[in-house]
Amino acid sequence: MNSVETLGFRTLMLVVHLGRLGVFVGRVARASVLRPTRLRRFVNEVFDVGVLSLPIICLSGATVGAVLGFQSYVALSRFGAEGSVGSVVGIALIREFGPVLTALLVTGRAGSAMAAEIASMVQTGQIDGLRMMSIDPVHFVVMPKAWGMLFAMPLLSALFIVFAIAGGYAVVVQLLGLDPGTYITSLEDAVDLHDDVGQSVTKALVFGVVVACVATYRGYTSEPTSAGVSAATTGTVVAASVSVLLLDYVLTSFWGI
Amino acid sequence: MQASPTRDLVVGLFVLAGFAALAYLSIQIGGMAYTGPGGLRVYASFEEVGGLRPRAPVAIAGVKVGQVSEIRLDEDLRARVLLDLDPSLELPIDSSARIVTSGLLGDQFITLEPGAEEDMLKPGDEIDFTESAISLESLIGKFVNDAGLESGK
Repeated sequence: MNSVETLGFRTLMLVVHLGRLGVFVGRVARASVLRPTRLRRFVNEVFDVGVLSLPIICLSGATVGAVLGFQSYVALSRFGAEGSVGSVVGIALIREFGPVLTALLVTGRAGSAMAAEIASMVQTGQIDGLRMMSIDPVHFVVMPKAWGMLFAMPLLSALFIVFAIAGGYAVVVQLLGLDPGTYITSLEDAVDLHDDVGQSVTKALVFGVVVACVATYRGYTSEPTSAGVSAATTGTVVAASVSVLLLDYVLTSFWGI
Repeated sequence: MQASPTRDLVVGLFVLAGFAALAYLSIQIGGMAYTGPGGLRVYASFEEVGGLRPRAPVAIAGVKVGQVSEIRLDEDLRARVLLDLDPSLELPIDSSARIVTSGLLGDQFITLEPGAEEDMLKPGDEIDFTESAISLESLIGKFVNDAGLESGK
């Protein structure tokens, strides 16, 4: 009976957290239309999330593209279909790997830092300090961070894909000796603007919203202790990564073939 | 927080690079050219389209000039295919369309053969002369049948 009670409690807590997250997102959305616009803080967040994530995104993109190109070349050359390597690499990268891996990398690099920063502001009383000066902390701290994350995600995802295509080119064309025209043409023929690029950008935007909401919510609602900071950081990485992977399947299946 | 010109410049460069990557993906890789409205959209009806699918390329003499945008059944239970072609294309009205296969297992696509008439196809027109897809199964069936008839003689 006890385990059933635990399950019931866990379920109720999940619903409570989802409800609080909804209210929190509503507050962020309301703060977004209020003045001042906090443009300076937004630009700094784009720097933290976007520019500082660039090295890891470019490096990961190039290696993922290289591995993908290598493996699909090995598999396809058995059937004499090396000409299709470009389409396999392009579709896989643009539809799935680009947005998903970017979201996971950004969660690990920037989402965790975002949650930890807000959580330590809660712990050291800076959030309360802002309230005492009658500055809304959601407006001042949370809102620019959330928008910075949401804005940077599709751009990072697009850069990831471009670097991955280049990485695939380097391996398949330079190393394995496929004709460069065959690689590029089969890639361009296979990729459709609406079905593939549209899906890619939509996914990147949705993942940006998810990571931004989870990271800021976990940081903002953390316990004001040292353990609270670490719990917020861990919780952000776990919750955001799992949500991204689950949502990716849901979005893919809604999109159809 | 202080304004920092170097940081602003780096953020600006990052945003520019990001949008350039998005533009490259949608225009160059995604092929934004043929999907916009205002393309030369003409119809062609076939008895059999085989494995032809939307987005299959349409070519003249092997050069891609557009794509298949829609395949549906018309009132005579024939396959009505909507072709979205390059708007700058000048195609005589007696041109013909043929479904061909690239390679043995390859995708099927449509190849157009320009006619000799003076009048050009306008958007919404129909290509009258069509040749259906050749299905490998029916060819094999025919071959086996013929061989059986000959040996029976």
